Amino acid sequence: MLNHSDIISTIEMIDRQHLDVRTITMGINLLDCAGENIDKVADKIYDKICKKAQNLVKTGQDIETEFGIPIVNKRISVTPISLVGAVCDADRFVPLAVALDKAADACGVNFIGGFSALVHGGLTISDCKLISSIPEALAATNLVCSSVNVGSTRSGIDMDAVKMMGEVIKKTADLSDMGCAKLVVFANAVEDNPFMAGAFHGVGQHESQINVGVSGPGVVYSAIKNHPELPFDELAETIKKTAFKITRVGQMVAMEAAKRLDMPLGIVDLSLAPTPAKGDSVARILEAMGLETCGTHGTTAALAILNDAVKKGGSFASSHVGGLSGAFIPVSEDEGMIAAANKGTLTLDKLEAMTCVCSVGLDMIAVPDDTPASTISAIIADEAAIGMINNKTTAVRIIPAKNAKCGDMIDFGGLLGTAPVMPVHKESSEVFINRGGRIPAPIHSLKN
Amino acid sequence: MKAIVTVLGKDRKGIIAEVCLLLASYDNNILDISQTVMQDFFTMTMLVDTSDCTVSFDELSCSLNKKGEAMGLNIRIQREDLFSAMHRI
Repeated sequence: MLNHSDIISTIEMIDRQHLDVRTITMGINLLDCAGENIDKVADKIYDKICKKAQNLVKTGQDIETEFGIPIVNKRISVTPISLVGAVCDADRFVPLAVALDKAADACGVNFIGGFSALVHGGLTISDCKLISSIPEALAATNLVCSSVNVGSTRSGIDMDAVKMMGEVIKKTADLSDMGCAKLVVFANAVEDNPFMAGAFHGVGQHESQINVGVSGPGVVYSAIKNHPELPFDELAETIKKTAFKITRVGQMVAMEAAKRLDMPLGIVDLSLAPTPAKGDSVARILEAMGLETCGTHGTTAALAILNDAVKKGGSFASSHVGGLSGAFIPVSEDEGMIAAANKGTLTLDKLEAMTCVCSVGLDMIAVPDDTPASTISAIIADEAAIGMINNKTTAVRIIPAKNAKCGDMIDFGGLLGTAPVMPVHKESSEVFINRGGRIPAPIHSLKN
Repeated sequence: MKAIVTVLGKDRKGIIAEVCLLLASYDNNILDISQTVMQDFFTMTMLVDTSDCTVSFDELSCSLNKKGEAMGLNIRIQREDLFSAMHRI
């Protein structure tokens, strides 16, 4: 029989340390729904999603019951809608977003991602239609998430798209309170990401597949919190072992879900995803390493250790690692980040530095209502440049908070949490952003 | 299918007897039991074969949860695979 104390340690992880599987995300190809009449395309999208994902939620719940492990979200990702809608005889794609929303609602999932466009090498007519539809689409729907990939290491950064996205984010904030929380701007976006708001089902993937995102900052925190004496190599070893256990649970759930839903297993995403709950914070892990407050000097190094050790432990535990796979640092979704930002120790500039060594980027950050679109575009450009040069995924999910000033708290509810409005630099970036064109792809040798 | 039953809570008389009776009433076979009592805190883990169980896993799980509530304990059943995945390579 299994060791008694091992069993009890697993129970403690679930009961006290917030161990869960963050999401089972079903990726669905929608390319075969394309057509000229947008209403017919919308109907085909609705029908296909409902057919493929009708048992997703029930299957997730069955696995939860049998294995006794919470599966927090059940989600759907679809082919980027700019591709599905490319031949549609319409100027805007809002009806397709509405079809996604209705299908997600009918299937009972938490979110559906893929109202997306990939424009890292340039904008097609269809990409422009999708991007201009985003503010209205996110205001007209509840469950739809949108993403736009504006740059990549191989293509450079499309600065026309970056400029557009600054304006789109401002308009999205004008039209709805929650819209910007469901909109991500990427560089080096991945095709198999199970996490929202940036999930979409890439064209290089299966017809449909199961992707799973694990979690477990609380488990890592508990493993290291009482060991300030450990040197860094032993600290990294402890995190690796913990990440291995967490990821094995994700791998097991992914295999079981894929088998029951009769579709291939895509990937397991190793990301440590925090929640606003106490004891489920990435920031508190960094503080447990010996930092007084997250954001102080040493934070980037601590995050680098955490992120690398999580990947090393997790990759041994899973047969197909993919997605974003790292440590997320969403400010509003992490109790420790919120506290550090409120204290003023964690600033936008420090967060940007942290994104050089962790998965994704400036995530769930509220900024003042009067932040100019060009400043938001410049923030996106900075993040995209970090991603492009370092050959990694970076992203910006930023929320201009209506009628709010620095220090005000914005409540997004549920897992999206609460964000303090953070100051941005007042000096203008407008002339820089107005240049347009494309930042050339970087050289791949002479790395320094 | 093999499953692990865990019982956590304040020690009292008859815990093992009541849990075993419930499991046996649904035709489950107990393969192994391990328990510890630290101060007053009781923890027990059981390996159970549910192949012949006369009710669904969901119903068995609900019955154990209810029994736990009635006894002031935390009782749950989970498939053994979860623990094997985490603790065995």
